[in-house]
Amino acid sequence: MTGAPDRPAARLSRVTRRFGKAAVPALDQVSLQIRAGRMTGLVGPDGAGKTTMIRLLAGLLDPDEGEVEVLGSPAVSADRSRIGYMPQRFGLYEDLTVIENLRLYARLRGLAAESRQQRFDRLLDFTDLRRFQSRLAGNLSGGMKQKLGLACALVETPDLLLLDEPGVGVDPLSRRELWGMVQQLLTDGIAVLWSTAYLDEAAQCDEVFLLNEGRLIYGGPPQDLTREAEGATYRLAAQGLARRQLLSRLADREEVRDATIQGAALRLLMAPGAPPPSGALAVPPRFEDAFVARMGGGPGGRSALAESYPEVPDTGAPAIEAEGLTRRFGSFTAASDIRFTVPRGEIFGLLGPNGAGKSTTFKMLCGLLHPSAGRGRVAGHDLGHARAAARQSLGYMAQKFSLYGDLSVRQNLSFFAGVYGLAGAGRRRAMERMTEIFHLGPYLKQNAGGLPLGVRQRLSLACAVMHEPPVLFLDEPTSGVDPIVRREFWTHINGLVQRGVTVLVTTHFMEEAEYCDRILVIYRAEQIALGSPDQLKAEAAGTGGLSDPTLEDAFVALIEARETAVGRAGAAA
Amino acid sequence: MGGRLWAMIVKELWAILRDPRGRIILVVPPLMQLFVLGFATTLEVKNTAIGIYDRDGGAASIEIAQRIVGSPNIRAVLPLYSEAEARAAIDRQKVVAVVSFADGFSADLAAGRPAQVQGIFDGRKSNAAQIMSGYLSTIIAGYGAELAGQTASFSTVTVHWFNPNLQYLWFTMPGLVVIITTISGLGLTAQSVARERELGSFSQLLVSPLRLSEILIGKIVPPMLVGAFNATLYLVLISQLFGVPLTGSVPFFYVSLVLYLLALAGVGLLISSVSQTQQQAFLGMFFASVLAILLSGYASPVENMPLWLRVVTEAVPTRHFLVVSEGVFLKDMPIADLWANSWPMVLIAAVTLPAAALLFRARME
Amino acid sequence: MRFARFPALLIKEFRQILRDPSALLIAFVLPIILLFLFGYAISFDIRQVKIGVALQDDGAPAQSLATAYRTSRWFEVTQAHELAELEPDLIAGHLRGIVVIPADFSARLEAGDREVTIQVITDGAQPNTASFVANYVEGVRATWARAWAEDHGQVRPAVLSFVPRFWFNAELTSRDFLVPGAIAVVMAMIGTLLTALVVAREWERGTMEALLATPVGMAELLASKVLPYFLLGLGSMAMCTTLAVTLFDVPFRGSALGLGALSMAFLMPALGQGLWISAITKNQFVASQLALVLGFLPSMMLSGFVFEIASMPAPVRAVTYIVPARYLVPSLQTVFVVGDIWPMFWRAIGVLLLFGLGFFLLAIRATKRRVA
Repeated sequence: MTGAPDRPAARLSRVTRRFGKAAVPALDQVSLQIRAGRMTGLVGPDGAGKTTMIRLLAGLLDPDEGEVEVLGSPAVSADRSRIGYMPQRFGLYEDLTVIENLRLYARLRGLAAESRQQRFDRLLDFTDLRRFQSRLAGNLSGGMKQKLGLACALVETPDLLLLDEPGVGVDPLSRRELWGMVQQLLTDGIAVLWSTAYLDEAAQCDEVFLLNEGRLIYGGPPQDLTREAEGATYRLAAQGLARRQLLSRLADREEVRDATIQGAALRLLMAPGAPPPSGALAVPPRFEDAFVARMGGGPGGRSALAESYPEVPDTGAPAIEAEGLTRRFGSFTAASDIRFTVPRGEIFGLLGPNGAGKSTTFKMLCGLLHPSAGRGRVAGHDLGHARAAARQSLGYMAQKFSLYGDLSVRQNLSFFAGVYGLAGAGRRRAMERMTEIFHLGPYLKQNAGGLPLGVRQRLSLACAVMHEPPVLFLDEPTSGVDPIVRREFWTHINGLVQRGVTVLVTTHFMEEAEYCDRILVIYRAEQIALGSPDQLKAEAAGTGGLSDPTLEDAFVALIEARETAVGRAGAAA
Repeated sequence: MGGRLWAMIVKELWAILRDPRGRIILVVPPLMQLFVLGFATTLEVKNTAIGIYDRDGGAASIEIAQRIVGSPNIRAVLPLYSEAEARAAIDRQKVVAVVSFADGFSADLAAGRPAQVQGIFDGRKSNAAQIMSGYLSTIIAGYGAELAGQTASFSTVTVHWFNPNLQYLWFTMPGLVVIITTISGLGLTAQSVARERELGSFSQLLVSPLRLSEILIGKIVPPMLVGAFNATLYLVLISQLFGVPLTGSVPFFYVSLVLYLLALAGVGLLISSVSQTQQQAFLGMFFASVLAILLSGYASPVENMPLWLRVVTEAVPTRHFLVVSEGVFLKDMPIADLWANSWPMVLIAAVTLPAAALLFRARME
Repeated sequence: MRFARFPALLIKEFRQILRDPSALLIAFVLPIILLFLFGYAISFDIRQVKIGVALQDDGAPAQSLATAYRTSRWFEVTQAHELAELEPDLIAGHLRGIVVIPADFSARLEAGDREVTIQVITDGAQPNTASFVANYVEGVRATWARAWAEDHGQVRPAVLSFVPRFWFNAELTSRDFLVPGAIAVVMAMIGTLLTALVVAREWERGTMEALLATPVGMAELLASKVLPYFLLGLGSMAMCTTLAVTLFDVPFRGSALGLGALSMAFLMPALGQGLWISAITKNQFVASQLALVLGFLPSMMLSGFVFEIASMPAPVRAVTYIVPARYLVPSLQTVFVVGDIWPMFWRAIGVLLLFGLGFFLLAIRATKRRVA
C-alpha cells in the first residue's frame, strides 16, 4: 500500500459546490480527511450533499471553491486505476453477464491479463456470485447487483473505495452481507467511504461525517457523538393504545427532546439534567439519539391532523382482511396464500426482503393487482365487487413521490380533493385545513416537484388523508428523509390511529417497523411470521439464541431460520 | 362522477398549460411549422435553371430562346457550347433540362421544312422534368402557331375551379391545418398516460375512486381542446393572412374536427397504452404521424397509390379529414359530401377508443 | 496495458447491440418499414385520372372526340350529357376534371369554324393533378384534331415540333428517384437516432458515471461508440440498397465503390449529430425527440427528396444548406439511376466530411469528463 498510514487517502479543504442558481450550495465549506484502513461513513438525509461529495472525490465534478485531493493529487487528475467507485445505481451493464461486466471493468482498469483469472476467482467467491456468472446483470436481484457492483469496483484492489448509498432500497439482510464484505477489505489497508441514510450503519463506522443541507455538522468517531446523549436515554414500558397516547403527551413536554415507539415501549431522550418520567429505565444511548439532539430534538407529540380528524366509527368489523391472497405471474408465484386481518385502529407492517412478495401483497390489498386466488377487503368493502367503495375508503401514499411535480401545491391538493368527490365549499374547507395543518401556506404556488423533501412528504400525506379515509396504505413512506421528518410523519400517523384509523405499511426501516402493532414477515412469497415487534424479537431470541436482539436482528434471524428449514427439507427430500 | 371527471380534466389542462414554456411549445412550434412547411413543401416547379445548346444561332432559335428566358418559371438560362458540356450540366444537376437546336434549324423553318427542337430532361427529377417539359412545349407550340400564321383548328379553354391560378399555397395551407393538428394532438395524447406511468403518479390515480372511463375521458378532452384551439388559429391565419378563401360551412368544419380529434385521441391512447415509457410513446407517435402524413394524400395523391394501399388509407382518419378541410376551404363543399367524408372517422373512433380502453384495462397491472 | 481498453469497450458495445433488440430494430426493421412506406405511398406517377366528359353534342365528330378521351391511357372517363350531372362529383373530389364538348361542336367544326372550343374544368384544389389534367386533355385534343384534319384533307405539315427525351429514367417512374431519396432520409434518421440513444442510455443507467471513474480516455470512449454504429449503418445501407433493387426495381447503374464512399461519408455527420445530441441531453427521451426533429424532419422536408429546393422561398432555401442530407440525396439518386459521376460525388463527400467533423467537434466539446 502506498503512503504512510497517517497520510490521508483523500482530503477536502473548504470545498464549496453549487448547482445552477440554487440558493443553497450542495456542499458548503466542507473540510475533511479520509484515512486508509478505516471505514468512513458519510451520513445525512437525501439532498444533504453526499453524492456531490463522492463525485468530487471520484473526479467527476469540479469544486467551485476549495481543494479536493485524492491519493496525493487533485481529484480530477488522480490516478483513476487506484480508485474504486460504485455509483448509486451500481454502474452495471444490465445486458452483459456477470463475468462480462467483470472482464470489461478489469480491462478498463488495466488489470494485467495473467492476474485476471485469479482475481475473478477471488471476487466471485467473495461475492458468492460464481453460480450466476453467466447470468445477465439485469436479471440479478437488487442485493446481487450490489455485490456485483462492488466486485466491479474492486477488480483491481483500489487504494480508495467510494460507495454511494450501497444500502438504498435494499433489505436489511443484503445490507448486512455487503457490510461484512467491505469490512474484510479494510484489513488490506484500503480507505473506504460508505455513504448512507441509515443511522445504524453510521454508528458502526470507524469514523463518521454527518452532512446536513451541504454543511458538515459532525466529523469523528460515532461513539464520540453518541456519548453526547449519555445519561439522557430511557425506556418506558407501555402497552397498546396507551403507549400512543403516552407518546403524544410525553413528546409535547419541554424536557423530553425526543420520543419514539419501540415495540411495547417508548424510547425517550431527555433534556440534559431533566428527570425521567417515573417508571422509565435508563438505557444506553444510540447514535440516532445524539443526531436528533444535534438537530434540535424531535417534533412535539400533537398532531393537528389527528385533532381535526373525525373519529372512525367502530363497527366491530376488521378494517383490512386478506383471505388467502395469492398471485401468480405465469409459473412464478409472487404471493401465496397470505391471510391476516387488521382490526380498526391498528398499525400493521409488512416486512420482507426485496422480491419476497410484500409489494405484491400490498398492491393486491389496495386494488392495483387482481389476486389469482383469495379475497381482500378494505373497510368491509370487497376489492373484487365493490372496488369504487373500497378505493373511496383508503388513502394511499406511494414509495416514490408520486404526486404531480409540475403542478403547484394548490393544484395537487385541489385535484386530489376533486378525485375523492369533494366539491365546492367542502373542497375549499378541506384544502384550507390541509394547508394549515401541514404548513403548506408559503408553498401553495410552487411546483410540487421543486419542494424540499420534507415538504413534499407532508404534501403526499395531505393528499392521501384529505378525504378522511378510515384506512391508510403507506408504501415505504419515509425512505430517504431525515429522522426529524420521519418523526413528524409518525406523529401524525400515531395521532390518526388514536382516532381509529387503520394503517398498513411496508418498510425496510426498522425504526418504522417498531411503530407497528403487528408485523407480518413475508419471505419467498409466503408469510413466515406474524406478531408484535416484541413477539418477533422474542421468537428470534428463542431460535437464534440472541440476547436482547434488535428488530433487525430478529428479522435476519427469522429469515435465516427459514432458509435452513427449507434447506433441510430439501436435503431430506 | 361529474365532480371527479371535472377534477381530472382540470388537472390535465393544468398539466398542459401551467408551465409557461409548455404554453409556448403548444403554439409556437406549430406556427413555425405552418410557415416553414407552408413554403417548403411545395411541388411546384419555380426558379429552375435550364441550359440552351444552340448550334444554329439563327433568328428562330434566338427567338425561342428569348421566349424561354422570359418564362416566369425559369430563373436562369445557361448557354452551352458542346455536347459534352450539355451532358455534364445535366449529370451534375446544374440544369433540369437542356433545349437543343440543330445546325440549320432556322433555315429549315424559314424554308417551310419540318424542324425539331430537342429537349433533354433530368429523369432523376421526374416530377420537375415532366412539368418543365409541359412549359417548354407550350412555348414552342405557341411560336410554331404564330409562324404558321394561324390558330389550330379548334382549341381548349382551361378553367381551374376552386383555385383559378393554381396557387400551390392554396393546397398546402388547408392540408397543413390537418397535418399540424395531427402532430400536436397525437403528441399530447400519446404522452399523457406514458408520462404518468413513468413518474409513478399513475398508480395514485388507479387507487383513487376514479373510474377507467373517467381517467380516459380526462386524458382526451384537454388535447382535443388544444387541437380545436390550434385549428381555429390556423383557420383565421390562413384565411386572413395567406388569403386562402374559406368558402364552405365553418360550423360543419368544427363538427368534423371534433370527430377527427376523437379518432386521433383513440390512436394516441392506443399508443400510450402499449408503451411502457415516454420514449416508446414518442417513437410510436412519431411513427403514427409519418404514417398519417404519407397516407393522407398530402405528400402525394392517394389516387397514385397501388390499390391495396388505397384500401389501407380508408382506415387513416387524416385522409378523410384532409378532404373535409380542402372542401371547406376551397370548394364550398355541400354538407352531404362533407358528411360522406366524416362518418368514416366516427367508425375509426368507434374502433380505436374502445380498443384503447380494453388495452388499458388489460395492462393496468 | 493501455491498448486493452479500446477493444474491451468495442466488445462491450457489440455485445450490447446483439443483446438489446432495439438497436437492431432501429438499424434493420425500421428502414424496411419506412422504405416500404415511402416506396409505395409516395408516387408522382399519375396512372389514370378520373375525369368526366360532358358530351352535349350528338354529332359524329363530338362522339369521336369523346371516344378519344375514353380510350386514352391517362384517363378514366365518366360520360354524361350535361355538365350539371358531373359537377357534384368534381366538388366531392371523385373527378379531377371535366371536359365539356359543347352542343354546337360538330356543326361548327364541320363548317370550318376555327373559333370553336372545348372546355376543361379542373379541380384546382389539387394543383398538380389539375395541371396534369389540363396538359393531357389538350394533348389528346391535339392528336385527335390532327387525325381529323388528315381525314378531311386539311393536312398541314407540322412545321415546328418539340421532342422531349428523359434521360436516366425514360419512363419517368418517380419511384426510381424517390426510393434512393428515401434511403438517404432513412439513413439520416437511424444514424442519428442510434448514437443519440446509446450514449444517452449510458448516462441514464448510470454506467457513464462508472466508466468516467475508470482510467478510460474520452477519445477512446467516443470512438467505441461510433465504430460499431458506423458498421451497423453500413449494413443497414446495404440492406436498403438490396431492397431497392430487388423489391422496387430501381436500377443500380453506379458502382459499389461509389455507393460505399457516399454512405461512409454520410454516416459521419449522421453519427456525429447523434453523438452531439446525446452529449447535450443525457436522456434517451429528449435525445430521441431531438434526433427526429434535427435528423429526420429536415432530411425529409428540406433535402429535395420530395419537395423541390429550387421552388422554396429564399430563406427556406438558405436553411437547406445546413441539412447534410441535401448533399447526399442528388448523389445517391445519381449512383442509382445514372452511374458514377465522381466530380459530383467528391464535392458531396467533401461537404459531408466537413459536416461530420463539425459535429464531432461539437460532441467532444459537449462531452466533458464531469457529471454535473
